[in-house]
Amino acid sequence: MVPELRLVNDIARQFGHLPDEAAADAVADHVRRFWDPRMRAHLLALADAGDLDPLPAAAAARLR
Amino acid sequence: MTLLKEPDFGTPARPGEATVTVEVDGLPVAVPPGTSVMRASAQAGVNIPKLCATDSLEAFGSCRLCVVEIDGRKGTPASCTTPVADGMKIRTQSPHLERLRRGVMELYISDHPLDCLTCPANGDCELQDMAGTVGLREVRYGYEGANHLDAPTDTSNPYFDFDESKCIACSRCVRACDEVQGTLALTIANRGFESKVAPGPTSFLDSECVSCGACVQACPTATLQEKSVVELGMPSRTVITTCAYCGVGCSFKAELRGTELVRMVPHKDGGANEGHSCVKGRFAFGYATHPDRVLNPMVRESITDPWREVSWEEAISTVASGFRGIQDRYGAGAIGAISSSRCTNEEVWVVQKMVRAAFGNNNVDTCARVCHSPTGYGLKQTFGESAGTQDFKSVALADVIMVIGANPTDGHPVFASRMKRRLREGAQLIVVDPRRIDLVRSPHVEAAHHLQLTPGTNVAIVNALAHVVVTEGLVSEDFVAERCEGYEEWAAFIAGPENSPEAVERITGVPAASVRAAARLYASAPNGAIYYGLGVTEHSQGSTMVMGLANLAMATGNVGRDGVGVNPLRGQNNVQGSCDMGSFPHELPGYRHVSDDVVRGQFESRWDVSILPEPGLRIPNMFDAAIDGSFRGLFVHGEDIAQSDPNLQHVTAALSAMELVVVQDLFLNETAKFAHVFLPGASFLEKDGTFTNAERRINRVRAVMPAKTGKAEWEIVSEIATAMGYPMAYSHPSEIMDEIAAMTPTFAGVSFEALDKLGSIQWPCNASAPEGTPIMHVDEFTRGRGKFVRTAFVATEERTTRRFPLVLTTGRILSQYNVGAQTRRTGNVAWHPEDLLELHPHDASERGIEDGALVTLASRVGETTLRATISDRMPVGVVYTTFHHPITGANVVTTEHSDWATNCPEYKVTAVQVSLSAPVPAGVD
Repeated sequence: MVPELRLVNDIARQFGHLPDEAAADAVADHVRRFWDPRMRAHLLALADAGDLDPLPAAAAARLR
Repeated sequence: MTLLKEPDFGTPARPGEATVTVEVDGLPVAVPPGTSVMRASAQAGVNIPKLCATDSLEAFGSCRLCVVEIDGRKGTPASCTTPVADGMKIRTQSPHLERLRRGVMELYISDHPLDCLTCPANGDCELQDMAGTVGLREVRYGYEGANHLDAPTDTSNPYFDFDESKCIACSRCVRACDEVQGTLALTIANRGFESKVAPGPTSFLDSECVSCGACVQACPTATLQEKSVVELGMPSRTVITTCAYCGVGCSFKAELRGTELVRMVPHKDGGANEGHSCVKGRFAFGYATHPDRVLNPMVRESITDPWREVSWEEAISTVASGFRGIQDRYGAGAIGAISSSRCTNEEVWVVQKMVRAAFGNNNVDTCARVCHSPTGYGLKQTFGESAGTQDFKSVALADVIMVIGANPTDGHPVFASRMKRRLREGAQLIVVDPRRIDLVRSPHVEAAHHLQLTPGTNVAIVNALAHVVVTEGLVSEDFVAERCEGYEEWAAFIAGPENSPEAVERITGVPAASVRAAARLYASAPNGAIYYGLGVTEHSQGSTMVMGLANLAMATGNVGRDGVGVNPLRGQNNVQGSCDMGSFPHELPGYRHVSDDVVRGQFESRWDVSILPEPGLRIPNMFDAAIDGSFRGLFVHGEDIAQSDPNLQHVTAALSAMELVVVQDLFLNETAKFAHVFLPGASFLEKDGTFTNAERRINRVRAVMPAKTGKAEWEIVSEIATAMGYPMAYSHPSEIMDEIAAMTPTFAGVSFEALDKLGSIQWPCNASAPEGTPIMHVDEFTRGRGKFVRTAFVATEERTTRRFPLVLTTGRILSQYNVGAQTRRTGNVAWHPEDLLELHPHDASERGIEDGALVTLASRVGETTLRATISDRMPVGVVYTTFHHPITGANVVTTEHSDWATNCPEYKVTAVQVSLSAPVPAGVD
């Protein structure tokens, strides 16, 4: 599995209890604070390829 | 300085105000109630002769040398066992007392070898001193009677001898083992004339002795003597410094002859250890002068080429031009560095500065990534500061101690001795650990509860504990109302039925009744303290678990005073410091995010350089980026990532993919096999700087001997930065600390001068706390109000299967340290020559494995071979090993799973299978 896919899924699982919008904000904020830009670019590429589950995809949209 | 001999007051100090005034030989002195006459006299400047007394031990009253006369009292009481009373008038000298003392000494000397001039303790022998003090001139009994002069010497221990012929049976060693160390390995065997010190019915090496050295320290003669003193003679000067092993950070007196280190003696004034030590710090320093050390820089074009020794100038030029070349070809972000928690704060500071200012990126990380990064995240979120809350002394006031995912007697032995002392005094113990660690049941210590959970279910357990607190009315409501926020939302979550002990029992394997009883015990204690280790952090929910512990402590009001708190037991000596120094890729020093424009601006102004506002790569991300080709150069400072990091095939593939790997270390370690430049490092005995231990205590590290490589490590790093075009120059490490203090609010009051004056300082140290902060969050949390954070349990993705039905968890052992690079090069191999796989008798039987058999340990990422030891310490289905020996390569089998928040590897949960290794054919080695 692509590292960023595993990592973002791990993060998303932790915020799955939140309402959709809040969860996407939380995942995006975490990625923004802790991920190197090239990792974020990989994440966006995964989103573009449609490889993300709904919550990571919503978070990725907030990082554009 | 010349040899430092600390004063010995004979008996321990008593707490409280000096309200009792006595007169000693006409000299008035005021002392706290309960102080002995001996100690009061010493404080008045009158040293009463003694042999069985020393101030690290409670009075024993056996030698009868310390007799005194007290007005209004009959006879000659022993001053060590007699407490002071107000108005007491004491005489320590009289013809009668002198006769008594000489008589006692005559008896001792009549059965003692008269070999003072050739004795290794000559000049450092209290028996010799006392003979002089009492004016012994004859021994009327002669020397021909029954005696112990032919008693054997036990030389089995690698570090000290036990010469029974010199023993005066004062019991100081036995009491030191009992009271200071808490192992109770020694005893006085037999009675009367046959009495003798014995480590049980065996030799010292084969006994339960843990070689902490407390007995050697306490011995008043040459009976228990360091082999190094026997071989080299008495030291003549002292340098006070700090141990470079675990996160306890013990202070030591390095005792030398010239520049030759004779022995390390624990420093009584050391705040962390107060005169105690463990086998590593006390004795295992021989690696510093081991012939394996590399002392000259080396380079090679390819990792398949032989090394070539070069000058420092060539080595530094090779590094600088190599890194710049990579950046020219692949971009500024194509290089980075890993700093070390074994290095000083000053060294770590210059590494992160080199990365941010000279490399021009934030690709700096530290080995804390793979141990306590979740502590930094979790405690910052909840309390507002990435650090433990207490000083070590605090445990002496704890009423209930919860140890979670830590094995202090092996990993943090000197702190464990403090803890065991408190447990012997009656504090209750809760252990949460898959493995039955020694603390669960050992002499005079027994856990009230051992919650033997399935690895990977920590968060379920901490939630269940909190569930009981909330639903049974055990919340400290005043504390929560006055000092915390987010409680209502958290309480509603934690009270949910999914968090009840009954509901999580099927997940954790821990009976609900035990969880309920443990929660009640912790919550109802006047002071409840939590101590945790890597068994908390090295999980896919490591950060969540840290926040769960913080929630639990806040809910029960166990933060902000002595005896309570949430306390990470840090693995390496300077984990706290390396994190404080801005070694994480998202944080500038002082745990301030790189995106903070104000803070970043301060550094940009001071360093005259632009700093990127984006986080850099963490260690695992560096490996991923190396494999995808965007990361090509790495400076590895004092770490052995090719042994210590998980999924080693992945690590070595990443290292192999890089164009320039620079390793700075004492030895050609596993990582150096993939390096193109090797820069020889300095041992802690050659360093000048500071370490910060797990209680935030900043201690001085002082050079005991000149750097064997000719350069300090901070100098080398500064020269690389300078060669890359960013001038970095310091003339002394104190200048680096001055820069740290100027740029880091929690270190504002720290300087070498202040440390030399105060001995040590616990940060935060600033205008409002000029001498430091032993206990944090006293009146309010660093973030204002403590924040309750929802901690839903999410199972790890690492699952057992039919193919890999067992769970492997890893840990460490007392005599070895981390990857073993240091301890494997010392006498400590006598105790642990190889890593062993512990497995339950049931699991062994099912696989036809006998104790001592070679077995294959396999996971979905790799396999290794090691020897099995069958033990019911582990529950059925869980196996355990250590990672001290590269030949075992335990991390060959650990996986890529990591903590969701910090990427800290999940070392503690790996699905594995164990099988008998194929027998080695006859005739094959």
